[in-house]
This record gives sequence, structure tokens and C-alpha cells, in this order.
Amino acid sequence: MPGIPVRRSERATFAALLGIVALLALVPIARLAQEALAPHGRLDLGVFRSVIESPAVWRAAGNTLTVSIGGAALAIVLGAGFALLVSLTDVRAKKPLVFCFMMPLLIAPQVTALAWINLLGPNSTLLRALGLAPAAGTTHPLYGPGGIALLLGIEQAPVVFLAVRAGLRSLPRDLVEAAQASGAGPWRIVRTIVLPLSGPSVAAGGMLAFVGSIGNFGIPAFLGIPAGFTVLVTLIYQRLAGFGTSVLSEVATLSLLLALIALGGLALNNWLARRHDVRVTAWSSATPQWPLGRLRALVEGGCWAALFVVLVLPFAALLATALVPAIGVSLTPSTATFANFHFVLFDYAATRRAFVNSASLAASAAVMLVIVSVPLGYSLAGRRASIRQGVAFVAELPYAVPGVVLAIAMILCLLRPLPLLGLSLYSTIWIILVAYLSRFMLLALRPVTNALRQIDPSLDEAARMSGARFARRVATVIMPMVAPSAVAGGMLVFLMAFNELTVSALLWSSGSETVGVVLFSLEQAGDGVSAAAVAVIAVIVTLAMMLLTNAVASRAARGVLPWQP
Amino acid sequence: MAAVTLERVEKRFDSIVAIDDVSLAVEEGEFLAVLGPSGCGKSTLLRLIAGFERAERGTIRIGDRVVGGPDVYIAPEDRHVGMVFQSYALWPHMSVAENIAYPLRVQKLAGRNLAQQVDAALEAVGLAGLGQRRPAALSGGQRQRVALARCLAMKAKLVLLDEPLANLDVHLRARMLAEIAAFRTLSKATLVYVTHDQAEALGVADRVAVMADGRLRQVAAPPALYRTPRDGIVSRFVGPGTVARGEVTQTYANGHAKVALFGREWQVRSAPGQREGAVEICIRPEDLAIVGPDGGFEASVARVLYQGGRTVVEAAPACDPATTLSLSLTSGEACAPGAKVHLALVDGWVIPET
Repeated sequence: MPGIPVRRSERATFAALLGIVALLALVPIARLAQEALAPHGRLDLGVFRSVIESPAVWRAAGNTLTVSIGGAALAIVLGAGFALLVSLTDVRAKKPLVFCFMMPLLIAPQVTALAWINLLGPNSTLLRALGLAPAAGTTHPLYGPGGIALLLGIEQAPVVFLAVRAGLRSLPRDLVEAAQASGAGPWRIVRTIVLPLSGPSVAAGGMLAFVGSIGNFGIPAFLGIPAGFTVLVTLIYQRLAGFGTSVLSEVATLSLLLALIALGGLALNNWLARRHDVRVTAWSSATPQWPLGRLRALVEGGCWAALFVVLVLPFAALLATALVPAIGVSLTPSTATFANFHFVLFDYAATRRAFVNSASLAASAAVMLVIVSVPLGYSLAGRRASIRQGVAFVAELPYAVPGVVLAIAMILCLLRPLPLLGLSLYSTIWIILVAYLSRFMLLALRPVTNALRQIDPSLDEAARMSGARFARRVATVIMPMVAPSAVAGGMLVFLMAFNELTVSALLWSSGSETVGVVLFSLEQAGDGVSAAAVAVIAVIVTLAMMLLTNAVASRAARGVLPWQP
Repeated sequence: MAAVTLERVEKRFDSIVAIDDVSLAVEEGEFLAVLGPSGCGKSTLLRLIAGFERAERGTIRIGDRVVGGPDVYIAPEDRHVGMVFQSYALWPHMSVAENIAYPLRVQKLAGRNLAQQVDAALEAVGLAGLGQRRPAALSGGQRQRVALARCLAMKAKLVLLDEPLANLDVHLRARMLAEIAAFRTLSKATLVYVTHDQAEALGVADRVAVMADGRLRQVAAPPALYRTPRDGIVSRFVGPGTVARGEVTQTYANGHAKVALFGREWQVRSAPGQREGAVEICIRPEDLAIVGPDGGFEASVARVLYQGGRTVVEAAPACDPATTLSLSLTSGEACAPGAKVHLALVDGWVIPET
């Protein structure tokens, strides 16, 4: 919507909304930078130097780069390949295929890691039933850099897929048609026209996958810590968990380094996106749908088989483990039991609390963010492009940096009692809520701004001409029209917050455990069957939320859900 | 009370001047059409009056109230100005009745009173009984009428219409124009109507303001605009005809002048105080007549367009083949492309500003 002059009273509302964004996003990151570079109010690079000179840090940084580059490479192969297949050929059932392909991105990484641990380890209930399990006592084949890169690649492949598909969609149809008219066959067109023009979007997707891998905590925590393989994220976690707040300056410095790597990657990604000089022709461009002919059934079978291996098998293994009374017992109709589910849902106080905590944290964050994002998005819509982009950038910061970084920033901000109020949020559940509000703000705001952009500005102007002021316009005209998108955004927030581990792993305290945290604790304590039961419940909640969000989003604006066009 | 006055208003979008030093006074109860090609700034003018844009310079008054000026800016929601949008701007999540009721609810009207006023507005635009429909279930013409009913219900004394017929089929436009005229009678509101279609503007408005490149060229009643355009842009944009270069050789006190054109001298109309010298002359189709081979000047027929009751003939003078003159013949007078005819100027207008 174009710039419209506003009343003076609206400026106060806008200023308040901007204040919320600044408090949640800008202040913590700024505090982190200050702690790392000027811990006592003066520029002091002493801590910085000692961190930089530590061999353990260098080792962890090297490990981070190794697994992230490996993960991004695998994600590019999987994601770009799948995008080409779905966009350019006539494979059937594309919607369910895409939905399943997107699943690894939305299932919590720690759940994925646990599922694969259960699938391939010596204790695998599934492999033991088939007699294929590795001998007892051998190390798990996935422990270490290879396994971490493999799972990172699977998790990040949807990110590359989305970027490449968007690139293919903006590919002007006439470029392909000109090649067809020149007599080129499908293979030649893909090789000489489609792939070269998709290069930037493949690179951009790969960069996003790389940044996502750097910040991932669940996978290296489950697969790296038992093998003594440390990346930067787990190093920060272990330092803080081991030494407490006395090492805050040190972990703040580590976090700043991590944040700089991630933001550098994103800046590179933006630069690549700008260089992507394919003139986008609105939505008119329809890429050709080449018939695969007799190969079609084969390709479709291959896709579903791959999804079966990546999705169904690990989760079948997870379910199998959740259904046996103890690790090592084989799953038979007589041993199968729901006792683990009963235990984690009703008997064991920590897990019971965790489900309540995660659900209430996720729901509160979702509701509060939706309530703020609609008036904020609406106020922003009428502003200059520089203000809009500035706010979007700030709102993106807490989501773009690795979760560990945000958690450290939150600790730094909230460790001491709040000024004026005099109460401390540290080691309460509220610090987790504040962190979630900060981290997932973007997920709620983006669908709203997308939806507002698709609304005819005259609908708002007609309300103004009718005499309606800001609050009334938001409530009666804007809210009803963006509601589906806003709700879809809120559900996305719920989904991500419910599955979240990275932030809460550093912020939880006894009584404020989250699902992610208990899953991690149970697995570390060796209670594999209870961990599996918690993970199965988390997967069921995730799936249900995805399907529910799908139903809502059918009425939402285009481009609201990551797994829908 | 609801007259609109603009004094030396200027609006820029970055470096582009959209409205350039425009002064305009709309009388209370007047129907003023703002006519101009797309991009001339006419919609911006309307949005300035409505308050959706803020002028950099100049003063805008609605009635006696300054709504925009050097230190004053009244938001659109506080101006009580009705607007009919090109896209109709009906809220898709409200029924037709709710759309019409919206400004009344803002004015804290409720209950039976509200329902009565909504029904009255629906009836006035011929949509009685359709109140419960969704806008999506209406045709384009019906949607436009809902937009009119919304302005009617809010009892705005100033209603702005932004190309209201642009999205309608050609055959619907005449009916909607009649609807707008009826709306005016009923509401007694001052109307400012923006269009790029001169037939609409000349047909319904009391006065027409012609805009080009952000400037007002002429504000006049339709016949005056047609007969006495102030400059070449207005004469080309309003009505058919040709602008030809000639020379005033003699002026008379009674508003006439003698001009040399196409090798002969003619007597045409001119503005008071017209000087002698090179000028542009506006020649409408009805200003030309076919005469015998001894009179007038020779021209060759280029095209003949049959248009029912009359025939439009386009011809080029032999002495100035680059100029195309068009004249209107009643049927019966035969004429074929390539034929040589003799034409005489029976009337014309010396354009005052060149």
C-alpha cells in the first residue's frame, strides 16, 4: 500500500510498536556485541583475543565449517534435484510429494537425530527385529561429522528446494520456448538454459542451508557430543552448562563470532539474490511440464522410496523404540506397550511439565506475536521503503542468528533484575517466552506484510473516507482481510516454538523445561524409550499442526506457508 | 459550504511534479469533471482533496475549513468526503448492507435508524433486496452502485469519483452515468469527477477542468470548452477536429478575425484582444462545408467513414497535404477516397495561446 499521511495520534502507536521490535530484537543483539567487545563499558579486546587464540575454538570452528559445508552440499543435491523434478516434469501427486519433502525442515532436528539414532544404532529395535543391527558395543555409525552432515543435508534440503523452485518459477517462459523453437530437447534445455539461469538461486539456497547448518544445535548435540565431536554451537552450550554465568563474556564473544559468520552468509545470499537478473514476469511464467513417458512410474517410485527411507524408516524406528518396555527388548506383539507414552504424559513430572510448558509458551508467543504483527504490519505498509526495510531487517536479526546466540544475548539482558520493575526473569519460564517472542517475530510479521501487499489500498482508503480511525480500521477492515495469513503465521510460530530446543537448552531451569530439553536430558541419561515416546508425541503434534495450518492457509495470501507455493 | 477551493497547490513525488501550481474553485452543488490523459495528475488532484496525499505547497479548503495548508493537514477520516473508487473498494468480508452501513456505524448510528438509512440508500440506487449479498456475488455495475450508495448513506456533501466507469463495459457506462446524475439530484452533493473520457466529461458535468502535465489548462462549461479552447492541448484533447497553422491578418471588435489559411482568407471567431500574426486555428468538423468547384480550396479525400446517420470524411488540402481535416456529412452526399473536393471554412476559432 502506498504512503498515506497519518494522524498524529497514530504516530504514538507506531512508535510504541517500533519500541517493542527494538526491545525484542535490537537491544539483545547490541548487548551481546557490547559484552564481547567492551565488557566493562570500554573497548577491551582481551577476552576476544583469548577466545581467538584458543585451539579448542579453532577446532570447533573448523568442525562447524566442515559439517555445514558438507550439509549444504548434500542439501543442494537433494533440494535442487527435487525442485527440477517437481517444476519441470509431469510427475504426479506433486502436492503430497512436496509436503513430505518439507517435513524434515519442520520436524525438530533433535527429533530427527533421535529417530536416526534409533534406526541405525546397535540398539535399533527395528534392525534387531530384522537381524541387521550392528554388534553391541560398536559406536553408532552416525556419531561424528559424517552423520551430522548427512542429517543437516536432509534437514536443509527443503530450504534449497524452495529457493530453486522460486527461481525456476521466475524463469521467463519465452527463454525456454525460444530454445524449444530452436529444436533443443528437454535435456539440452535443462543443461544449457535452465541450469545456468538457476545458478544464482541454487547458490542462494545453498548459502541459506549453510547458515541454517551453522546454527543447528539438535543434530550436533545428539550426534556430536557422545563422540566428542564439538562444533561452535555445542562448544558454547558446553561452556555455559559447565561453568555457568562466570564465562558469559567468553561465550558472548563466541556467539558474536557465530553471529557474524551467519550474517555474513545471509549478506552473501542477499547479494546473490540481487544479482539474479532474470526479469520476473509476475505469475504468468509457467515452466514447461515435460512428460517423462515410461520413466514416470520409475521416477515417482524413486521419489517415494527416497522419502520412505528419509522419513518413514527413521520414524518407524522411533515408534518401535517408543513401544518396547526397555532398550534391547525386541518388538513383538506381546512386548509392545503404551507404557512409555503413559509414563511421559502422566507419571513423570518433568516430561508432563515440559509438554504443558512448551504448549503454553508456543501458544502465548503465537497469540502475542499475531496481535502485535497486524497493527505493526499495517502501520509499516504506509511508510517509506527505507523504514519498512529497516524494521524488516531488525525483526529478522533474532531469527537469522543461531538460536544459541540469541539465548546468550537474552541471558545478558535479563540476568540482572529489570530496571524499574526490580524483578529478574532469569531462571524463570518468562525468559524463554521473551526469547521466543524475539526469535519468531519475523514468522508472524512476514505473512501479514505479504497479505497487506496483496490488498487493494483503496479498501483502506474507503474506510478512511468513511471516517474510521486507526484502531477501527485495523479491527474492522484490515484484521478480517489478513486474518487467514496472520493465523497461518501464528500457527507457524506455534510449530517452531513447540519444537524448539536451541534457545531453551540454555535458558531452562528446573520447572521450566521444554519438550526439546527433556528429550535431550532423557537421551543423555540413557532413557531411550522415554525419549522416543516424547519424540513420537512431538512428531504427531507437528504433523497435526501442519495439516491444520494447511487448512487455514488455503484462505491465506500467497506465499504464507513455506511448504506451499 | 461544500465548495472546494485549491490555491496554488503543488505536489511532488520525489523529483516528479504531479500537481504544478493548480488553483481551482468548485462551486457548492456543482458537478465538475476533471479531464486529462492518463498520468496528467488528475487522480492525484482528487487524492489531495480527499486527504490521501499531502500537498507540498498551497492551500486546500473544503467549505470554509482549511483541510490542507502550510501547517494544516486534516486526515481523510476527519474530512467527511465521500469517494467512489475505480476499483469500487467494497470490503469483501462484509455484505452489501454492511458495506453501506460502515460510515454510519463510524458515526455511531445503530439499530432501526441505521437499518432504515441503509435500506433507503439501497433503494435509491436500485439495489433493494440485495443487502445480504456479498460484493463478490454482484456484477460490476451493481458494485459501482453499492459504492455510490455508501457515499449517499454517509451524506457526504462532497463526493469524489475516480474514473468510476473505467472498469465497466461500454454499454453499461451510459446507464451508470444516468445513475450518477440521479445520485447528484438526490444527494445535492458537490461532485468532482475524474475521467480520461471526454464524452463522459462533456456529457454530464456543469464545468470541465482540463489537465495536462500536472497543470490546469482550462476550466469551462462543456460548450465553451468545445467552441473556444484556450490552447492547442485543450482543443486537441476535447472533441474532434483539427488544429491548423494560419495567420491573423485583421481583427474586428465583435470577436471575429480574418485569417489567412489554405491560400485564402476566412472570417472566424477570436478572443477579445487577439493580436495579428501567426496563430493556431481550431477547426471542428461542422466548421467545414463542401462547396462548388469555384469556391474554397482544393482537397483530396483520404478516408470515408460511414457512421450511421452521418459520414465522416477525412481530407487533405492540396496546398498542405500533411494536414488532415475532418468534416461531417449527412448521408446522401456521396464522396469516395481519392476524389477531389472543394472545401470552405464556415466557422473556426483562433486559439488564444500558442
